[in-house]
Amino acid sequence: MSEAPNFDPILQLDSVCLSYHLRTGEANIVPNLDLTLRRGEALGLVGESGSGKSTIAYALMRYLGPHGRIARGRILFEGRDIAALTEGELRQIRGRRVAMVYQEPMSSLNPVMTIGRQLAEVPMLHDGLSFASARARAEAMLAEVNFADPAAIMGRYPHQLSGGQQQRIVIAMALIGKPALLIMDEPTTGLDVTVEAAVLELVRRLIRRHDTALLFISHNLGTVANLCDRIAVLYAGEIVEEGSIRQVLINPRHPYTHGLLDSLPRLGRSKHDMPLRPIEGHAPSPLSRPAGCSFASRCRHAETPRCTAQSIVSLPVPGETEHRVRCVKVAELSPWRPPATGGASNMAARESEPLLRTENLSKQYAPAGNAFLRKGAVVHALGGIDLAVGRGQTLAIVGESGSGKTTFARIASGLDTASGGRVTLDGEEIATLPVERRPADIKRKLQMVFQNPESTLNPSHLVGRAVARAVRRLKGLAPAAARREAERLLEVVRLRPEIYGCKPSQLSGGQKQRVAIARALAGDPDVLVADEPVSSLDVSVQAAIINLLSDLQAERDESLIFISHNLAVVRYLADHVAVMYHGKLVESGPVDALFAPPYHPYTEALLSAVPEPDRRRARIILEGAPPSASVVPKGCPFALRCPRRLGAVCDEAPPPRQHGRRGHRIACHISLADLSRLQAAEPPTATGQPLFSPKA
Amino acid sequence: MALESISQAGPSTQHQSRSGSGGLDARRLLSMRLHASPMTLTGFGIVLFWIVVAVLAPLLAPYPPNATDALAAAHPTPSAAHWLGTDHLGRDILSRVLWGARRVLTVAPIAVLAAAVAGSLLGLCAGYYRGPVDLVISRIADILLSFPVIILYMIVLAMFGSSALNIILVIAVTKAPIIARIVRALTLELREREYVAAAKMRGETAFNIMLVEILPNARGPLIVDMCLRMGYTTITIGVLGFLGIGLPPPDPDWGSMVKDTYGMMSVWPHMSLVPCAAISSMVVGFNLLAIGLREDADRE
Repeated sequence: MSEAPNFDPILQLDSVCLSYHLRTGEANIVPNLDLTLRRGEALGLVGESGSGKSTIAYALMRYLGPHGRIARGRILFEGRDIAALTEGELRQIRGRRVAMVYQEPMSSLNPVMTIGRQLAEVPMLHDGLSFASARARAEAMLAEVNFADPAAIMGRYPHQLSGGQQQRIVIAMALIGKPALLIMDEPTTGLDVTVEAAVLELVRRLIRRHDTALLFISHNLGTVANLCDRIAVLYAGEIVEEGSIRQVLINPRHPYTHGLLDSLPRLGRSKHDMPLRPIEGHAPSPLSRPAGCSFASRCRHAETPRCTAQSIVSLPVPGETEHRVRCVKVAELSPWRPPATGGASNMAARESEPLLRTENLSKQYAPAGNAFLRKGAVVHALGGIDLAVGRGQTLAIVGESGSGKTTFARIASGLDTASGGRVTLDGEEIATLPVERRPADIKRKLQMVFQNPESTLNPSHLVGRAVARAVRRLKGLAPAAARREAERLLEVVRLRPEIYGCKPSQLSGGQKQRVAIARALAGDPDVLVADEPVSSLDVSVQAAIINLLSDLQAERDESLIFISHNLAVVRYLADHVAVMYHGKLVESGPVDALFAPPYHPYTEALLSAVPEPDRRRARIILEGAPPSASVVPKGCPFALRCPRRLGAVCDEAPPPRQHGRRGHRIACHISLADLSRLQAAEPPTATGQPLFSPKA
Repeated sequence: MALESISQAGPSTQHQSRSGSGGLDARRLLSMRLHASPMTLTGFGIVLFWIVVAVLAPLLAPYPPNATDALAAAHPTPSAAHWLGTDHLGRDILSRVLWGARRVLTVAPIAVLAAAVAGSLLGLCAGYYRGPVDLVISRIADILLSFPVIILYMIVLAMFGSSALNIILVIAVTKAPIIARIVRALTLELREREYVAAAKMRGETAFNIMLVEILPNARGPLIVDMCLRMGYTTITIGVLGFLGIGLPPPDPDWGSMVKDTYGMMSVWPHMSLVPCAAISSMVVGFNLLAIGLREDADRE
């Protein structure tokens, strides 16, 4: 009551309980939530899947659907109880005072309306503007979200824009009504790192300028740290820790926050100097909530009567204002120490005879259509890829969507065939051998782990069958022996053998991915190709799978080709790294050479875009999108977006491949010495386009 | 090893409580029944009613289906002796409708099953191999589907005679392309799943991948479509009977019952309305079941 007027809460949640009516009973997704958001403040709500963060976002505007309800408590928006409003009053608030941005930009845009019309609709509806003045406002808003030519964008349809552009349109649409509160639910999750960096930078600038409060919901500690003032960590529907970014991420007090930070790969961290520590166990089901601390079953510090007897209240951290932790032992636990980083990894990768090698590998896809109606142009997915992976080594291939990294994996595994060049496995040529025609021995030697845990196991069959069948086919064992071997393999990937008889729908994402790994190990492969195996998993589960892959490799000495868009994971796991852009290799080399200057300018931009929880960095924002895959650039494929572009030479001549130390290769017109010198100094600004200042 | 306990946890309790038991079919069936919508249950009830009637027709029917009652023929309207009346020859309509259900429910399921087997195999091949195989199968299906089916039935049955086997064959041939199209579309999507790639990587044959990896995951839409197809086939059998090219007389057939009596519609409407009602109730039953199953699946 006595607070200064500019601090009065725009949003206040008082002991809110949100529940869904399920067939199996009433599930309290969010049992008891207190949250305050002040005017103009940016609050990050962080949680893993199932923590209730999206439910909260929907509840704020009473969008819970027929089965959900606000069971208890009050949600006050600008002092008005959301639950008590009529539909008409709620409509006045939605869009005008509060705007929401969701993960899938395409589903927020109407595919049959031009961008201009969709944007103009908001001020016409809410402020009663005429079409002409609403259009003028829309155009101004488009300029604000960094479209160089707003007038042209106004006439486009959503499908004519890239994912990042679409998300910028959605943000423009959210902010055009000048809302007091912007709610963003995982707005950058489907986007590439460099695009994500641009979108976050934009949001940061716009909310400052318009003094908009922001509730930013994410699973990614790094993005929240880079955007928000305060952070609330959500676990099983409860806020377990809350405070300023600095308080929570530099001095985290809750064991769960410790766990999250311990399981997060960092750019400076590799498997040799500091293993990741996953959080063990599972979050409790909302249907069977424990009486005490909901994290107790996974907590190393839990004490039986103290932590589990009664519900835990949120306590202030001694000596810190506004830092609150839901842990009875907050005053006793020793402070969290950030993992030791940068320890010179003296475990330099052993050089060994290459097991899998590609030479000048290329792939073109024929245009779509049939023999009579050819439309579109040839798609160039890969060009001139020279890579090798030695026995027992990990080669990581990094790139954004469309870079050709998955095509590489598919060709190596025989799910696709090369158009040119060579791929040899143990000396045998396999580039044009589809998997159906590969000899049994080649199939056994090279196996694959797939990206999507939801589709990697056949939902119609038992979990164990996937493994047992692979054992039978690849090792030729009889059914009974295959079953025993499958159970052994499930134990190898640290699953209980009982899981053999489960249906995939009973397993969590991490467990499914473990089964997929067990299946790939069935024939004792020499090379394991893993295509984004952890990208759809939660941080704590991701850490466990990464550790598993790395332990298995240490035990079995197989080669691992690890495909990822996540540089921190790659830094952690890889011995050698290859960076791909637009189907071309722009940089490759041993991991510590690659993560130190000189970088290829694209690698440099990628690295700067990685959101990390413990530091805010000047970011290199890449403008534009990669060239279309049907275009073969005459010069460097990255030239159009390159912040360090030299000039016409970049567009006209293919970049020379420069060799650094220990097999480090960079394809760039700038000499390695110049790159090192430039990159030690100021970060560059991107070319031509209107830009944000690199500082917040 | 930090990993041990995380993964020793086995299937997470959360998932277990959501999806119920995996292996036990009886419990799955029970849970499906409990969660079936009123629409599904109504459809299921109607279909079950006709199945029971068909099975028990010899016990339920008060008269032999072809027995004539000369006395009743003079006054064919419903009476205590003939609850639904008799036709112009004095045959008991109730008995004939009950026996008629038997014929529909033997011919239709066999025909639909034959269409489903042939259609699924063709659809799987078209969707899995794509390219020329798809081109050939899909164009043949297009040609079959572009034929006016009634004319096709008349030509074929006139040429080869109308027996139960011929009717089953001709219905299977005309319905299979529709099922093939559905299965092809499902296969095109399912063949891109990662478990199919995994099966290829371990060297499964194409036949095995199609039947073991893909087909079981297409079963939901396939079952729904087979229910719809059952309804349509009931109509087809009625139409064939009405056109006089259906199952050979004198055994009772709903379509031919209408054909024999529709001329007397203005005097004795019950003679044709009762078999009509039988046909539509069975069609409605199958359609409700199909739509209900689809909606239940969507809700899951």
